[in-house]
Amino acid sequence: MAQTLSEQILSRAAGRPVSAGEVVTVNVDLVMMHDSLSPGIIRVLHEELGAERVWDPERVAVVIDHVAPAASVQTAEKQAEVRRWVRAQGIKHLFDVGRGISHPVLVEEGLARPGMVIVGSDSHSTAYGCVGAFGTGMGTTDIALAVATGRTWFRVPETVLVRARGRFRPGVSAKDLGLKAARLLRADGATYAAVEWHGVEFLSVMERMTLATLSIEVGAKAGIVPPTGLSQPVPHWLRVEEGACYSRVVEIDLDDLEPQVSAPHTVDNVTDLRDLGRVAVDVVYLGTCTNGHYEDMAAAARILRGRRVAPGVRMLVVPASAQALQLAAEDGTLATLLAAGATIGTPGCGACIGRHMGVLAPGEVCLFTGNRNFRGRMGSPEARIYLASPEVAAATAITGYITHPQDVIDAPYDEP
Amino acid sequence: MARVWLFGADINTDQIVPGRYAPYMLKNEDDLRKYPFIEHRPDFAANVRPGDIIVAGNNFGCGSSREYAPLALRMVGIGAIIAPLFARIFFRNALNLGIPCFTADLTGELRDGEEVELDLEQGRIYTGDGRTIQLPPPPAFLREVWAAGGIVPFYRKYGRFPGEG
Repeated sequence: MAQTLSEQILSRAAGRPVSAGEVVTVNVDLVMMHDSLSPGIIRVLHEELGAERVWDPERVAVVIDHVAPAASVQTAEKQAEVRRWVRAQGIKHLFDVGRGISHPVLVEEGLARPGMVIVGSDSHSTAYGCVGAFGTGMGTTDIALAVATGRTWFRVPETVLVRARGRFRPGVSAKDLGLKAARLLRADGATYAAVEWHGVEFLSVMERMTLATLSIEVGAKAGIVPPTGLSQPVPHWLRVEEGACYSRVVEIDLDDLEPQVSAPHTVDNVTDLRDLGRVAVDVVYLGTCTNGHYEDMAAAARILRGRRVAPGVRMLVVPASAQALQLAAEDGTLATLLAAGATIGTPGCGACIGRHMGVLAPGEVCLFTGNRNFRGRMGSPEARIYLASPEVAAATAITGYITHPQDVIDAPYDEP
Repeated sequence: MARVWLFGADINTDQIVPGRYAPYMLKNEDDLRKYPFIEHRPDFAANVRPGDIIVAGNNFGCGSSREYAPLALRMVGIGAIIAPLFARIFFRNALNLGIPCFTADLTGELRDGEEVELDLEQGRIYTGDGRTIQLPPPPAFLREVWAAGGIVPFYRKYGRFPGEG
C-alpha cells in the first residue's frame, strides 16, 4: 500500500510496515539535546532511569545554542556541567558556543540525513524535515529515555499535505508560504499529524528549513519536504508515492502570494501585509532557525544595500550558524548589513526565547523573522511581536514601520 | 474539594512558564513552583491548591518542548488538565510526568473557581450543584502510564514503551 513519507520512515525505524494511527516503538538514528534542557536530561538519565551511559555516543549531538555565550553564573555553571558530561560519556558531537543553532548545524555537519528518525529537545526539531528526515521535538524525560535506549514510541501520524504551485513574486519567499499555511491550517490544524510540503523543490535546503520549522506552529509532529535535488544520497525506499493517504490537502498558489505578517499574539493571526495598516516598530530582529540562514541575511542585504536603518530603530541580526556568518562575511553581505546600521550577534537562538541578547521592553514593537509571537516570549508581556520574512524585515528596518519589500525596492536611493 | 481554574484557547508554554524562568536560568530550581502563569494569571501560583484542576479551551500547551511547563504544574499539585485538544509535545510531557490529561470541552460547563470533586479512577467530576460529568476514557496505554506514575516508573517496571507488546 502507498505510504506517506512519515509512514515510510517510521516503517523503516520500526522494522515493519506501519500506518497512521498505530502506536509503535522505533529505533532513533540521532538524538539532539541543547543546553536549556540538557541539565534536566542528564539528571533524569542518571538519577531516575539509573542509566550510566548513553546508548551510542556517536549518535548523540549536544549543542550550546539557547543562551550562548552564557548570560549568568547559573547558565555558565549548567553549561560547564553539560561539557563535563559530554567528555565523560565520550559523546562525539558537541557544538559549543558560537557554532550556531542545533537545527542548521546538524544539517551542515551532515548528521541529519534523508530518511532518519531524529528526536530533539527543541520543539523546532521538525526542522530536520528540510532534508527529508522525520524530526520531532520532545521534552526532558522523553529525550532522556531516547539517549538511554536508542528508542522511543510514537503514534504514527496522519499527514496533511500542503501543495504549492507556481513561483514566488519578487519580495516574497518561503516564510510567506509558511505563514500562509499557518493562516489556512490554524495553530491546531495539524495537531498529531505530519505536514508534507510539496511543490517546493526549487527551494534551497535552508529555505526548506523555514517551512519545516513552521510545521510545529500548526501543531505538527513532523514537517517534511520530499528530499529532491540534495547533495546527500537519498535512500531508495524514500519517495512520494502515488496514492498515499493524506488527511487534508491545502493548495497555495505562489504566483498570487503576497508578503504575509503574523500579528500578536498567535502565529496563525496572519494577514496580507497590505491589509495590516501602519505599524511602527522599535526593533527588527533577523535570526533563528526559521530565518537566520545565509540566504536570509543575503536577501535582507540586497534590500539594505546603500540604505540605512531608520533612526530610532534597532536592527539585530543573529546568524543561525557560524557557517552562515562565514558565508555572509566572505561575499560582503555582512559588510552591507553593518554599513546599513545593523548589529550582529553570536550565532545561536538569541532573543527568540527572551533570555538574553535583545529582550524587549514594555510597549516595544518587534518585527521578527522567527517562528513565534506569543505574548511575553521575547521579554515583556507588554511588548508586541510581528512575524514576517527577511525581505519584510529589511524593508521595515529602513522605513521604521512594517513595509512591503517592493515599496522600498521601487523607491529611489543614492548609490554608495 | 478541587477548584476549577478556567483558561481560554491556545494557552502556550510561554504563558505557562516564560522562558526567562526556565530552571536553566534559576539559581534554585525549586523556585520553578513560583512561576506557573506568572504573567498570564498572576494569582494562580499563590492560590492554587493540590488537586485543583485546569479546564481550558482548544490547543492547550502549544509551543515549546519545555517540560518544565507541566513540571511547574506538577510542583503545585495540579490534579488534572481537561481541554478539547492538547498540543502533542505538552500532552506527552504531562503524561511522562504522570499528570492526567482528559480530552473534553468543559469550558461551557464549569465556572472559574467552582468547587468540584474529581474521581480519577472513574473519570468523573461531581459538581457542587449535584451534576456528574463523565470524562471520556483515555486509551488503555495512557492509563497504564498514569497508573505507574509516569513514563520513567513505567519503563523501569515493564522494560518497554507504552503500546509495545
